[in-house]
Amino acid sequence: MPDPWESLQTAALLGTDRRPLPAPGPAAPYDGAVDRADPATALLELAALETVRRRAGALPAPADGPPAAPAAEDRRTELPAAAARRLSLLLSTRGTGGGVLANLGELLPQWLATARDRGYRAPAASVPALLDAARARSELRPDAVALAGPLGRWLAERNPDWRFVQRATRTPAADTAPAEGDRLWHEGLFAERVTHLTLLRRREPAAGLALLRGTWSTERAEDRLLFLDALQEGLSPADEPFLEAALGDRSKNVRATAAELLSTLPGSALAARMGERARAAVRLSEHGTHLLVTPPAACDAAMQRDGIPPKSPTGRGERAWWFGEVIAAAPLALWSAHTGLTPERLLGLRVGDAIDETSSTWADDLREAWARAAVRQQDPDWARALLGPPPVAGPGRTARTTGAPAKLLAVLPPAERAVWTASFVEAHGLGDAFQLLGACATPWTPPLSTAVVGALARAAASGAYPWSHSGVLGMTERALSPTAAGAVEELAAGAAPATAWGETFARLAGTLRFREAMLAELAA
Amino acid sequence: MEERWSTEHVLSLAPDAASRKAAGKLSTSAPWSAAGTDGDAVWGECRGSGSTPYRTVVELATPAYRCSCPSRKFPCKHALGLLLLWSGSPDAVPDGAEPADWAADWLKERQERSEQSSEQRAGRAAAPADPAAALRRAGKRSARVAAGAAELRLRLADRVRHGLADRSTAGPWEEVAARMVDAQAPGLATRVRELDALPQHRLLEEYAMLHLLATAATRLDELPVPLAATVRARVGYTTETAELLAGPTVRDRWQVLGSRTSPMEGGADERLTTRRLWLRGAKTGRQALLIAFGRPGQAPELALPTGQVVEAELAFHPGARPLRAVLGTRYGAPGAAPDGPPPGLDIAEAVAGYGTAVADDPWLDAWPTVLTGVVPVLSPEGWQLTDGRHTAPVHRAAVTEAALWRLAAVSTGRPLTVFGEYGHQGFAPVTAWGADGRPIGLTAP
Repeated sequence: MPDPWESLQTAALLGTDRRPLPAPGPAAPYDGAVDRADPATALLELAALETVRRRAGALPAPADGPPAAPAAEDRRTELPAAAARRLSLLLSTRGTGGGVLANLGELLPQWLATARDRGYRAPAASVPALLDAARARSELRPDAVALAGPLGRWLAERNPDWRFVQRATRTPAADTAPAEGDRLWHEGLFAERVTHLTLLRRREPAAGLALLRGTWSTERAEDRLLFLDALQEGLSPADEPFLEAALGDRSKNVRATAAELLSTLPGSALAARMGERARAAVRLSEHGTHLLVTPPAACDAAMQRDGIPPKSPTGRGERAWWFGEVIAAAPLALWSAHTGLTPERLLGLRVGDAIDETSSTWADDLREAWARAAVRQQDPDWARALLGPPPVAGPGRTARTTGAPAKLLAVLPPAERAVWTASFVEAHGLGDAFQLLGACATPWTPPLSTAVVGALARAAASGAYPWSHSGVLGMTERALSPTAAGAVEELAAGAAPATAWGETFARLAGTLRFREAMLAELAA
Repeated sequence: MEERWSTEHVLSLAPDAASRKAAGKLSTSAPWSAAGTDGDAVWGECRGSGSTPYRTVVELATPAYRCSCPSRKFPCKHALGLLLLWSGSPDAVPDGAEPADWAADWLKERQERSEQSSEQRAGRAAAPADPAAALRRAGKRSARVAAGAAELRLRLADRVRHGLADRSTAGPWEEVAARMVDAQAPGLATRVRELDALPQHRLLEEYAMLHLLATAATRLDELPVPLAATVRARVGYTTETAELLAGPTVRDRWQVLGSRTSPMEGGADERLTTRRLWLRGAKTGRQALLIAFGRPGQAPELALPTGQVVEAELAFHPGARPLRAVLGTRYGAPGAAPDGPPPGLDIAEAVAGYGTAVADDPWLDAWPTVLTGVVPVLSPEGWQLTDGRHTAPVHRAAVTEAALWRLAAVSTGRPLTVFGEYGHQGFAPVTAWGADGRPIGLTAP
């Protein structure tokens, strides 16, 4: 006996002109109630009866076994209610800025980092929106994933959109069994392999190296390059033999990366070779008053193997180019060791040509290369010496900056960065301060904040337009210490209403108060 | 004392996404001055770009909004920003304050107006303008509807004769829908219009139920009175709110189980916004559905926070299975519901409950249902709820993907209480109660 609904459905789809009305049967006891004179109408009435019968008499479907394991318990404290409301607000108002307050999305990273530091967990209902935000903005991921905790991982196992959560939390030694790690390395997608290698290096550098060594000869050149780059994590003298071998790689980019990694290992053979070349290129004059430069005369095979390209990519003079590459890759420690002079003294010496002491054409090249070396080797003494003392305000005194001061600044400890930048802003205003401010830790220290507010006030008084400072203003909204809110409110009150600066200051003050409230809620 | 609302609830009052964004920016204390609340209303002055600040006041019970800004959005960003500030920063909107004069004036005026209109309402309902003319109009309409329904029956049977699989020879249903509008049967028109978009396996069901409705519409006089009322409502006869309120009402402490505003985010902006609010009476246990409409750019006026309880009289639309109601007199401001989730059913009980409801009203697609002890599961067949013994599929077309992930997150994979609509297409969740016993709107923007 066919299912009465199936029979009706078939007849209706094909049409009662082509198919007879299904015969009455025991499965449809109400059949007698329907007038079968017009087959089409009768079919509709039978179908209506059957539909209602099926709906009213439906039985629940049995469960197919117990549901999967729930998310692990999260024992961290839940966010205070006010902070939870703030999070909903920050997550629900993504989009462009403008108006009386900064773009709230810009404050989200700070909120997340602070909440994470305080050890809170995100409210369960906010976790999907949090993960969506982190999916769209990868810089939010570490903090968002930490706040989402075990619930975030549990959800990510079910939603491919949030797969990044697993990547961010997987730690080889902890979660991944060695066999699973092995499988990932041999069968995984390229991005998974890079992540696996990076995480493994973080915990067990030697195991990471061994893994890479095992498959090195079979990897493609572009993959080798990125795998090699992953060795930056946990780099140590133990990696030197492998990197030395990589200097003979078929790919130019792989060779260059290997050389760069080796040059950051001050005790490496490459660093020693570069040191010798550097000492041949720069020597102290007999009376100790000059540094005399003899640039390399050629880029021989050994130099090329150590990662110095024979041609400058920017078309500089060949000898100057080789000279710069040699100095930048040589260990900075050698200069004090061989001259007995501090970086400050060395930088104070005049620089001349080995043939003509009075020619100073090499001074800038040397300084530039030293600056590169200081950044590459993360040497704070040299970075400090190259930056010079914090600039002081006053006519005619311009700071002598070398290369990219922001990069040198980043080598210094955070407190020193803030002091130096505050002096710079006081002396020179905000015009050239964008990258320096960007190198400072946020929120800015109160003295640095005061210096920036002062510089903004001077800019407003000088008649400059606020939008010529839009980059710095955007950063200020995120980074200025909330303790400066009072000073900014005074500026806002002092500025003429409905002027560009008045609105700028009012908006900045509003943002600071918002941040202040936001941080206070998290401290509760 | 009124409990301060959640951010989600405040944002759900916004007429559109742009208003939400703008309100977020006004949610700090910086632009506000002279802000305060007395538990029944919130007020404050908001400094904008002009020289005079905007004066904003919100009466919380309705809620009703008033702002001196020129915005045509309703509620405007100032009202929403003020509510956000009130909800998030208790210090910035101190409690127990006396309303500022301008706020007090408006609140008083409003109260007087509402008293007047309820008197008027009572008067109007009692005495129709011209009883004879009204009767004539009603007779004329009945005849038109019956003619329209008869025509629809013919069209349906015609299609069944030629076969539903053959969609090429018959014209689109749109044209028939237009004829139903002419016949003053908008309920039939809406259902007819939906036929074109249906998948093949659901066609016969909907044809058959529409045929049943059209048939019933041609013999209203023969039906039992409550069923006739159900048919009239489904065909598209409306009943005036005043007329309903003049009839019998049910006074109870109504708990708000959930609300849904449609069209959802990204929907067609030009259409009406519809807000559905589901209530359950604490004393009677009766379910009720309130429906409010808003014009484009304006949020529907009626808004009660989920989880609150309002003491009020409701008047139900008549029918074999009364559900839809209108809100009459309220007694006091809404208060917080008792802690914890409301009592509910397991899946077998919910299925049986819908079955009983369908026996009363055969056209009922779903019935409001609180499920207890269910876990949301994403199975290979799609989203389901399971209570360990039975499973119920989720009615996918009625719920957004985001709502389901929110539900899964709130559950953390453990059994929880969910309110929603259960029907022949599955369960459509609306509200979930998390581990802390607080309600969470799943459809919140």
